[in-house]
Amino acid sequence: MLLTLSWVLPLAGALLLLLVGNADGRRDGVIRWAALLVSIATFAVTLAIWAAFDGGVPAFQFVERYPWIPAFGIDYYVGIDGVSLLLVVLTAFLTPIALLSSWGSIERKVKEFSIFMLALEAAMIGVFISLDLFLFYVFWDAMLVPMYFLIGIWGYDQRIYAAIKFMLYTMAGSVLMLVAILGLAYLHNAATGSYSFDLLRLYTLDIDPSTQMWFFLAFTVAFAIKVPLFPFHTWLPDAHVEAPTAGSVILAGVLLKMGTYGLLRFSFPLFPDAAASFAPMLAVLAVVGIIYGALVAMVQPDMKKLVAYSSVSHLGFVVLGICAMNTQGVEGAIYQMLAHGVSTGGLFLLVGMLSDRRHTRLISEFGGLKEVVPRLTAVFMIITLASIGLPGLNGFIGELLIMLGAFRWDPRFVVFAGLGVILSAVYMLWMVQRVYFGSVTHEENMKLPDLVPREWAAAVPLCAMAVVMGVFPTLFLRPMESSVEALVERVQARQNLRVNRSFESFGPFGTFERAERAERPER
Amino acid sequence: MTESFTAIVPMLCVTVAALAVMGAEAFRARGEDLPLGGLGIVGLVGAAAASVLLWNRNAVSFGVIVADNFGLFVTMVLLLVGVLTIMFSSPVVGRDGLPKGDYYSLVLFAIAGMIMMATANDLLVVFIALEILSIAVYVLTGIRRDDPRATEAAFKYFLLGAFSSAFFLYGIAFTYGLSGSTRLDRVGTYLAAQSLSDNPLILVALGLLLVGFAFKISAVPFHMWTPDAYEGAPAIVTGFMSTGVKAAAFAAFARVFLSAFEPFSGDWAPMVWLLAAATMILGTVVGVAQSNLKRMLAYSSIAHGGYLLVGLVAANEIGKAAILFYLLAYAVTNLAAFGVIALLGARDAANDELRDYAGLWHTRPALAALMTVCLLSLGGLPPTAGFIGKWYVFSAAVSAGYYGLAIIGVLTSVISVFFYLRVVVMMYMADRPAPIAAPAETSRVAMAALAASIAVIFYLGVLPTPILDFAAASIATIF
Repeated sequence: MLLTLSWVLPLAGALLLLLVGNADGRRDGVIRWAALLVSIATFAVTLAIWAAFDGGVPAFQFVERYPWIPAFGIDYYVGIDGVSLLLVVLTAFLTPIALLSSWGSIERKVKEFSIFMLALEAAMIGVFISLDLFLFYVFWDAMLVPMYFLIGIWGYDQRIYAAIKFMLYTMAGSVLMLVAILGLAYLHNAATGSYSFDLLRLYTLDIDPSTQMWFFLAFTVAFAIKVPLFPFHTWLPDAHVEAPTAGSVILAGVLLKMGTYGLLRFSFPLFPDAAASFAPMLAVLAVVGIIYGALVAMVQPDMKKLVAYSSVSHLGFVVLGICAMNTQGVEGAIYQMLAHGVSTGGLFLLVGMLSDRRHTRLISEFGGLKEVVPRLTAVFMIITLASIGLPGLNGFIGELLIMLGAFRWDPRFVVFAGLGVILSAVYMLWMVQRVYFGSVTHEENMKLPDLVPREWAAAVPLCAMAVVMGVFPTLFLRPMESSVEALVERVQARQNLRVNRSFESFGPFGTFERAERAERPER
Repeated sequence: MTESFTAIVPMLCVTVAALAVMGAEAFRARGEDLPLGGLGIVGLVGAAAASVLLWNRNAVSFGVIVADNFGLFVTMVLLLVGVLTIMFSSPVVGRDGLPKGDYYSLVLFAIAGMIMMATANDLLVVFIALEILSIAVYVLTGIRRDDPRATEAAFKYFLLGAFSSAFFLYGIAFTYGLSGSTRLDRVGTYLAAQSLSDNPLILVALGLLLVGFAFKISAVPFHMWTPDAYEGAPAIVTGFMSTGVKAAAFAAFARVFLSAFEPFSGDWAPMVWLLAAATMILGTVVGVAQSNLKRMLAYSSIAHGGYLLVGLVAANEIGKAAILFYLLAYAVTNLAAFGVIALLGARDAANDELRDYAGLWHTRPALAALMTVCLLSLGGLPPTAGFIGKWYVFSAAVSAGYYGLAIIGVLTSVISVFFYLRVVVMMYMADRPAPIAAPAETSRVAMAALAASIAVIFYLGVLPTPILDFAAASIATIF
């Protein structure tokens, strides 16, 4: 029940708000508080799930299953394991912060804004907990609608263009995934005589490698657009920059993780053979993304765009860890997803605060803010360092684990990825230096107010989380450990099985890869 | 003796209601306002009750009308279309000064013809039904005699419709010449015996019938009349014909091709495949370029005809049931969308250009929200009826091995989302609201119809199981 509650609660909140009359915004205050309280209650629910979660078991927990469309074997089937648990918690953690951040900047149509935010939260949590592919797809697509409205109504100047681009890009990828999902159900029917969209049952399906290739591509393109993996990233800078602050926080914090989560949960375990042959290519794209994102971020005049491109770079690390498909790589990938959610969500929040104050996000419009807003500067510094991956803060653990995993897989990738780490320090610190240090260059910046209590309430949890995640990584790694091991084993066992049966059906690179894995089972 | 009339009871109910409306109009005192729409709804509800009672009975009247579950499912959809149309029309008729009695009786006669078409088991009866509904709809299209665009649309529609009827009739003649009968069961028996011979006349008959149906469901390249007719007709009539006529024509199409001509599916499936692909692609791509909402939705309804054709090509159990489910989902959604357009119109301004919808959110938030739901359902986004319908159709295609058609289908639906979103952008994100001169007070009846449609859209989208099972049970009886 708890798991269902976690997505029904925000949805119910949204529906209730729909009924509140709010002519001329006279109940804005009440609605803001109501939305915040609902999202905090949701966070409490997810914390309760975490508390009751048994990290030693790799299986799915809190499983609920009811028939939904029995004729096609479609169930309402939800559950979480170590991979999804913390992503659900992250979603519920970031939503109240995003809502708080909107209190200063969203002035009109507060009711509708709150409704869309809560509906978005419900759909995002739904994506992470679905174990039925049909249910997953419903949440996956349903999530686009509130995000589209958030960008399109409350965004900045180019918001309509950005909103439509976001929607069409994501849909174009996901409809092909829909065809692949239908194809999977059909294959299940051909093999067993009944349709099924049950993920765990589909895992055991024995799919012909050439079919796997097509299905893998259909799924992976959908996820790669979401991640976004180079060269599918072009929607991201537009959407991030034009979205209101709360939208950017959610986009960067949660939405992008759906792509990497999809790779981990669907693409790799469902189609292990295809995954093995495509992994090197994906990793190359990931590394290109790491470096390209960093280089482009460096030259951005707009802070929000800079942070957006840094996401391309950081998410490249996550994909690299997933491609390595060993325990360190995958754990690092998940950890990096969480860390990136906290630190980049935080960066968007803080850039949003600056932009609320000055109504510009251009780096050249600022300078020497350290003297004017010392507290904001301190918070910004902490989050920046977290984003760069300073040891002791959250970004470090994930990147380290990913590099370890990638090194065991193919050290060449690590060389380039390491370059990305250095570049990230360059563009972030250079931005901080230009914005906060030196002397105050613009007259209008002299009187900027420092953090107000509401902003503290949004910023402190993020800073605290960045420190906690950096100092006590085991707190977060332990729940995911056994699930990740099971996942890695599942993918590799099926790959090895295939190698023993049809050795010659793969290219030399693929077979070498798999033979090595067979000899040296990963921890 | 009485037994032989049972299958036509739903049709009779509607016809009697239509005659009653005509009579009441003829004998009403000058200036008296009769609830003619209510009278029509009574007839439709009576027909629905009769359909429920006929369920699972497989009643046959005179050997040419069969009230099997397939026909009854479509009948129910048509009755729903009728009820919603009359409810949406209630504020429009007075506002636009339409002849009330004529209008409602034409709607009812059209529905009677549609029901006949959906339950006909004889090619000639299909043709008669086609004429009954077509003539009523031609007149409805041009019912605003003060509007030159409507007259032009009616004329165009009439000419091309008559043209297509000739094709259809010619196809019937060939079929009769070959098999010695127009009854579908006898034709089917004859063709099954012939299935190995390749008599070219069979292909000629098949082709002519296909063209006739393709005209009626406005499949590309036989769609030319659609945008003009849909744009020129009053919005609510467009909603009525884009859903009712399409549902009836599809029912007959499926019945003829999936039962009588089933043995020749190897011959017609590739043709229908091409029609489906062309219809989906052209309907969406040209839809993108439209700036008139009615015209845009006309192209969208062409595209939806393409999705329905996908179910027909797949021709498996899922495909047949998918056609039924899709017809219901599409009918409710599309009619509600046209209902909103009709409500926003005025007597001297149709208000159906895209720019007229700018900022609708600020002036009429409820209508904007309802329109958005309809558009999202047309675009096939969860959790709406349109999503389940599309999913159902495409899973039919995939399970029949038509991956190519499924991929064309999903990609065109992404393109269609683009133009549906243009409307949403206008309504929600435009900076300057357009002054829509429609009455601020919206009729209660029409709002109730809208609310009911939206409820159905979400019900079908969230809990589709009962209707899916219902659709699956409906096809078991005939195919």
